[in-house]
Amino acid sequence: MAEKNKITVPDELKSTVAVTDIQEVFDGNLIEKAYNWGRRNSVWPMFFGLACCAIEMISTAASRFDLSRFGMEVMRPSPRQSDLLIISGTVTKKMLPAIVRLYNQMPEPKYVIAMGACASGGGPFKEGYNVIAGIDKYLPVDVYVPGCPPTPQALLFGLMKLQEKIDNQKISETSWYDKENAGDPIPIPVLGPDIMDPKDFDKIRKQAKG
Amino acid sequence: MNEIAVVKSELEIRFPDAVRKDDREGFQGYIVEKESLVEVATALRDDFGYDYLTSVTGVDYIEEDILEAVYHFYRSTGGKELVLHVQTPRNNPVIPSLYKIFHGVDFQEREAWDLIGIKFEGHPDLRRILLWEGFNGHPLQKDWKEAFYVEEKKPFDNRWPEGKIQQIEELNKFGKNVRYPENFHDPESWKPEHEDLLYAGLLDLAEKTGSGLETDHVVINMGPQHPSTHGVFRMAVVVDGETITALKPVMGYLHRNHEKIGERNTYIQNIPYTDRLDYISSLSNNFGYAMAVEKLLGYTNEIPERAEYLRVIMAELTRISNHLWAIGFLLNDLGAYFTPSLYAIQERELILDIFEEVTGARMMNNYHRFGGVAKDILPDAMKKIENLVLDRLPRKVDELDKYLTKSELLQSRTEGVGVLTPEDAINMCAVGPVLRASGVPYDVRRADPYSIYDRFDFDVAVRYHGDTYDRYLIRMDEIHQSLRILQQALKDIPEGPILLRNPYNIKAPKGEAYGRVEGPKGELGFYIVSDGTSNPYRYHVRSPSFINLTGLEKMCVGQKVADVVVILGSIDIILGEVDR
Repeated sequence: MAEKNKITVPDELKSTVAVTDIQEVFDGNLIEKAYNWGRRNSVWPMFFGLACCAIEMISTAASRFDLSRFGMEVMRPSPRQSDLLIISGTVTKKMLPAIVRLYNQMPEPKYVIAMGACASGGGPFKEGYNVIAGIDKYLPVDVYVPGCPPTPQALLFGLMKLQEKIDNQKISETSWYDKENAGDPIPIPVLGPDIMDPKDFDKIRKQAKG
Repeated sequence: MNEIAVVKSELEIRFPDAVRKDDREGFQGYIVEKESLVEVATALRDDFGYDYLTSVTGVDYIEEDILEAVYHFYRSTGGKELVLHVQTPRNNPVIPSLYKIFHGVDFQEREAWDLIGIKFEGHPDLRRILLWEGFNGHPLQKDWKEAFYVEEKKPFDNRWPEGKIQQIEELNKFGKNVRYPENFHDPESWKPEHEDLLYAGLLDLAEKTGSGLETDHVVINMGPQHPSTHGVFRMAVVVDGETITALKPVMGYLHRNHEKIGERNTYIQNIPYTDRLDYISSLSNNFGYAMAVEKLLGYTNEIPERAEYLRVIMAELTRISNHLWAIGFLLNDLGAYFTPSLYAIQERELILDIFEEVTGARMMNNYHRFGGVAKDILPDAMKKIENLVLDRLPRKVDELDKYLTKSELLQSRTEGVGVLTPEDAINMCAVGPVLRASGVPYDVRRADPYSIYDRFDFDVAVRYHGDTYDRYLIRMDEIHQSLRILQQALKDIPEGPILLRNPYNIKAPKGEAYGRVEGPKGELGFYIVSDGTSNPYRYHVRSPSFINLTGLEKMCVGQKVADVVVILGSIDIILGEVDR
């Protein structure tokens, strides 16, 4: 395409408008671009609040901050229909098995945002006997949003970072179309005398002997 | 001699062997022998008029080798509290349950069993409530140590050994927040003892209430992940067709150990934690906690005038924002998916703007201090509050009123649904809008005035049907009353200091204190025991959402499944406060 005919897209529309040309078709990038463009603008978060951060998450979805500008307003209560799990608050030991189950039920490609201090690392409640110090000990986290609670602006920024991540993913490299390397479900922790991760069973047995 | 003193001396005369004055330093009320607790409580309810038992707290006095249950009795017509202490040896902690006399102790006794380990004899369903069956130990006992234990009291000395931050994970064998009993060697075949008690109890209830026909009962678990349970609340419901025959709330999915952490913290460190109890009305929580500590410190009558006004202004703004939210989400539960709540949130955002400008945060305000408040409202913000209170909010609330209150759909879904009679409401220690919608005009701001509420001219909103519609209306009424209080407060607010003295590094004298405020959800109480150091010895939150749930089963049995969601929405719970 001649230089003078090149379409310029204003900055504020770059996230929603995909411009391509014939060269990209030859290079084989077009499918990737369309695929990621579609996914980044229709991330469906799970309608799932845990604690204080959930209130800010709802505020983000409400009219002032308006999540639908990012194509994310379709919050699904069912994990089967959602792409994004926002861990919005303190994860407790009693709640953890349910959260891991929810994550396992989500179809690929799926993403996790740890919203707020508690979900990222335990936050002010880290020392509590019923608190998980960060959901990343059990689930893979894509974006951490700091704050206690993060303001809606911070959450929006976190979501934009997630969009950036989606933009840079390549179909050939992602694991979810790969038959051999598709991830196993995460083992569901058990509520024993304390929370027990099946991965730790050996260690628990060892500590009892020694 | 005032009225309370008369009751007290009569109590002593009537039960000379069982009741003695609590003469520990700084304590009030009576120590009751546990054998006669039921008798004394019955007399208090029937003969002395103390028919409203709002708070049951367990305390572990490890040095005296006793566990203690503390009961706060009130009259449903108003007045000061009467406190009973019941003591039991630590090696065999049994206290008779008051369940038969006051249903409201149901969850509170279960909580004391779960966290402190007091067995309440005669309680029909004494299971763990916040933790799960099989959990190792009772965590609020003073010798129980959490996995990330560092030291008894903050500030910890070891946080900077030789200038190096030590990660708490490094001290733990598993590198995370877990600890197992030493003889625990068989994680695979672990099966706790009483795990199936919940379902056994439920089906038992269903049998009793069944119609006699051979029908199958189905147990449905709603939550902890359910779009309409307002967080991570779970209800185990038994249905016969569409009709509910039994219901048990299951909670603890957001149990964040406020009390254990609070007892390690210094007094001032607890203020930001109270924000996170009822996280959409933080400023009321601050208020209650500051009042309880001020009672201990003896500041109560010295708070600067302007600070009192600032506290009231912020508390009433909080009430409005909370009720707007509650109404919006009640409509959500009814199926008016998000439209009314978007309007409600719009107004709430404007109130949050004010909070942000004054306190620095939208939700977690951390605003109150012992003896005043942290920051003044500057003229700019004051102007905004005036605009909001005098102009915009009355208009917008009327608009909500216009579109919702007479809406036929709303009325037909809520009228006569989830009725709670006044007798039940008092017996179940319901508080706040739930109690007042049942026809009991009990509002702590009037019944036992605190701060400067006695100066304002406002009415206690009350409605008489006790159904979901009235619980909706009462919130509308309360918004109007709060606006009235705000209009007076904004007119009268004086200039002056906002803080009595430096609130940091305080040491509270020995004793106990119970501070309570009328939060948006009802009576929010903080029970604090001080041992004379700078950390509370016992820190207990009597949370309105938690205890209001006692009535949930009563309201729901006989209703349809679809109404449960609405009834729960009308109680207006916040899980941060239910589970703490």
